[in-house]
Amino acid sequence: MLNVIIGRLAPSRGAVVFDGKVLTGKKPHQINQMGVVRVFQTPEIFPELSVLQNVMAPAFAKRDGAFRINIWRSLESERGIEEEANHILQDVGLYERRSHHAGALSRGDKRRMELAMCLIQHPRLLLLDEPTAGMSRHDTNTTIELLKKIKARGMTKVIIEHDMHVVFSLADKISVLAGGRIIAEGLPRRVRRSEKVQEAYLGGAHRLEEATH
Amino acid sequence: MDLFNLPRRDWITFGLFALVVVTMPIWLTPLGASYPGLLQKFAIFAIFAIGFNILFGLTGYLSFGHAAFLGVGSYTAVWSFKLLTMDALPAIMFAVIVSGLFALVIGYLSLRRTGIYFSILTLAFAQMCYNLAYSVLTPITNGETSLQLTLQDPRVIDSALAARPEGLPSASIFGHVFDGFEGFYFCAALLLIAFFIALKIFSSPFGMMLRAIKSNQTRMNYTGFDTKPYALTAFVISGMYAGLAGALLAVTDPLAGAERMQWTASGEVVLMTILGGVGTLIGPVIGAWLIKYFENIFSAFNEQVLTRFFSFLPPEITEPVVTISSKFVGEGWHLTLGLIFVLVVVFLPGGIMEGVRRIGALFRRTTPPSAPAARPAAPTIQPAE
Amino acid sequence: MDAILAQLLNGLDKGGAYALIALGLTLVFGTLGVVNFAHGALFMLGAFCAVTFRQLITLETVTVDPTQLSAWGAPLEIRTPLAQTWFGDFGAVLVEYSVPFSILFAIPVMLVIGIAMERGIIKHFYKRPHAEQILVTFGLAIVLQEIVKAVFGPNPISQPMPTALRGAADIGVWIGLAPGAVSYPLWRLVYFLFSAGIIAAVFAFLRFTTFGMVVRAGMADRETVGLLGINIGRRFTIMFGLAAVVAGLAGVMYTPLVPPNYHMGMDFLVLSFVVVVVGGMGSLPGAVAAGFLLGILQSFASMNEIKQLIPGIDQIIIYLTAVVILLVRPRGLLGRRGMMES
Repeated sequence: MLNVIIGRLAPSRGAVVFDGKVLTGKKPHQINQMGVVRVFQTPEIFPELSVLQNVMAPAFAKRDGAFRINIWRSLESERGIEEEANHILQDVGLYERRSHHAGALSRGDKRRMELAMCLIQHPRLLLLDEPTAGMSRHDTNTTIELLKKIKARGMTKVIIEHDMHVVFSLADKISVLAGGRIIAEGLPRRVRRSEKVQEAYLGGAHRLEEATH
Repeated sequence: MDLFNLPRRDWITFGLFALVVVTMPIWLTPLGASYPGLLQKFAIFAIFAIGFNILFGLTGYLSFGHAAFLGVGSYTAVWSFKLLTMDALPAIMFAVIVSGLFALVIGYLSLRRTGIYFSILTLAFAQMCYNLAYSVLTPITNGETSLQLTLQDPRVIDSALAARPEGLPSASIFGHVFDGFEGFYFCAALLLIAFFIALKIFSSPFGMMLRAIKSNQTRMNYTGFDTKPYALTAFVISGMYAGLAGALLAVTDPLAGAERMQWTASGEVVLMTILGGVGTLIGPVIGAWLIKYFENIFSAFNEQVLTRFFSFLPPEITEPVVTISSKFVGEGWHLTLGLIFVLVVVFLPGGIMEGVRRIGALFRRTTPPSAPAARPAAPTIQPAE
Repeated sequence: MDAILAQLLNGLDKGGAYALIALGLTLVFGTLGVVNFAHGALFMLGAFCAVTFRQLITLETVTVDPTQLSAWGAPLEIRTPLAQTWFGDFGAVLVEYSVPFSILFAIPVMLVIGIAMERGIIKHFYKRPHAEQILVTFGLAIVLQEIVKAVFGPNPISQPMPTALRGAADIGVWIGLAPGAVSYPLWRLVYFLFSAGIIAAVFAFLRFTTFGMVVRAGMADRETVGLLGINIGRRFTIMFGLAAVVAGLAGVMYTPLVPPNYHMGMDFLVLSFVVVVVGGMGSLPGAVAAGFLLGILQSFASMNEIKQLIPGIDQIIIYLTAVVILLVRPRGLLGRRGMMES
């Protein structure tokens, strides 16, 4: 479903609408420029660049748009963007390692860095695909704290997750999907009680989707 | 001023590079390579390789048809000599513009594909240019005899300004004809400008975008970048570098032949870049110098030279040594070049610059390491438990 | 009609050569993931296997017959090929049919060369970037070329084709056209049939043997096959040897058509790369189809009628076709997604 929103796959029918504008049929970079940003399940990063550069690149996309030939100033003299990137790297706890090659980071660190890459764009809608999948309990909790902190800043997030611990510690609104249909929707308290959810939850294949405000 | 906005580190690189280039006639003398014709080639092919590296080294798009832009640059420059004036500057300007336009068209089409499909598209376009230059386009290219200056050339501007000289004129700048090492210093000046622009690109946000395209193009798209125009800009810039190199070839010797566009010429610049070190600033230059040095110096060695060279050895050893080493020079210089390719890539993945880096690291190991990795991370968000 | 048929036939033998070289190149690409710029050199080495073989069997003994005088008044020298002295009549046949017989000589030689190359150098480059593979195989190709040049000299060495196959076949008669309407040099017919045979053999080998099955699986998904505990390294070596043999045989049989010289491999290399990519990376049928397609198109484009219509088309037809196909079909004729696209 996230693939449809960000323009990787075309929907079989229907359309994706965000903020009154149709996203369907738009190119990925156009959708990003409209403020819809995604964190992937397997980290999509720039392995050959440094951690700092990984985070600075999206900031340029936000500031300069989809294409601009910016060769007059050197990267080092882009103080504003570098400071912002440093700030966000402190938030996700990667500041100390900002000059490392991103490819050399552990998987969990890569995901946190990818989150930083998305946060620096101040997205209007942030899509998270199983942000804690494959993480240790410790990393999961770190991530939850981080997401709570972002939540406090007031940005809309859609999280796809089947770890109930994560879902219920973060969500304001939950939609439960099973077999491509929404079987329950609403506040966490009500969804928890829903019989259908209990059934699907115990039955196996299921996914939860939630939106927090 | 933004134009000269470069980190200190880059200014040092530039200063050292300029010093090396300007003193080439001196330090190449013991190596037997200090004559204007070869030095000009060193400068010109360094420009070609630097430009190629902006595309291949930064974006990762491997073009196999870059010689086409070199050829187009040469033809344009010679036509500028024939029609307008023998002054080098307009010729260079036209050559850069025309090859840039060529690169725009070919790049626009070729960049619709990636990886090897892109490489073959560029190769196909270049081979078409080459084959057409030999056949249908002979009115423009003069086919196998190469495009040359003739006594009948109009040279509109020159004729208007002064009486026609006797015989064939040579390329000049503001009426001053190059003499001795002046031709080399003219090429060297352009090499320094080209190197400076490459430095700017490498250290700019634009350069980082190009590296990011090489690293993960999908991510670039989802990060909100339109990667096509970025890659196309890099393609056009490197095409213009090739055009500049082609124009300089015509300035130093006003003649343009189609063989400059053949795939072997495109392959040569690929090899120069990989040999020196893809994606490094200096590497392609070293690669270009090395290959041109072998081509011109090693191929000129013969047994007499070798006998003289090995004359310090006892006479009974000299003869077998000369016989064996003669297989690697003169006609056999290709063999040496092939062996160097194999040895470099086996022992120095990453090219010659990788070797330089390793030697540098060896020296640095004597000082205490200041690796930031050694320090523990201090995240601002502590675990909740 | 006759002219079209004639051009079709003309394209087949050249197409056969392209297809054979491209087949080997694709096998190496697809299984080993290596961009082998030395593949053209293997083709060249095959051709020089034929040259060597002929030189070996035509080593002569010279006996001087003092009783007879030659036209210049010197004692007459009688030269007898060693092969004839040893094997008698069979030796004569051997000399006459030296090119086809060199196949038997070339197979083991090319296999050894291929395996030595893979074990010695290529093996270490499976995981390395394509740029480095290009540099090392290109260097290897230059070294091989220079060695051949040092041994055999820079000039082409023509190889005679057997007298019996020297003429032309009147193919028009076979299909009911007037005699002389479509005549076709016999050796080119032989070359086409030979290449078709080799291609069929390679496909059968991949299709019907366990070894071939593993190789095909490896082309589709290298990692999984590696995980199955199959010794993929050994198979890669054999595949490389096989590709070398295929390229070598293409070279052996090509010698009567074009006298081999040391740089013939480079001339074919670029075209066969175009063929492979137009066929689509990782697709064997694609490589074969593209080889014949480009061979035939090239022969049509060199018809005078077409040259008058579009001047210069014969010079660029292969590259033009490549551009059109690649722009219309992103991965060539039959290429797979994700293969060599980054």
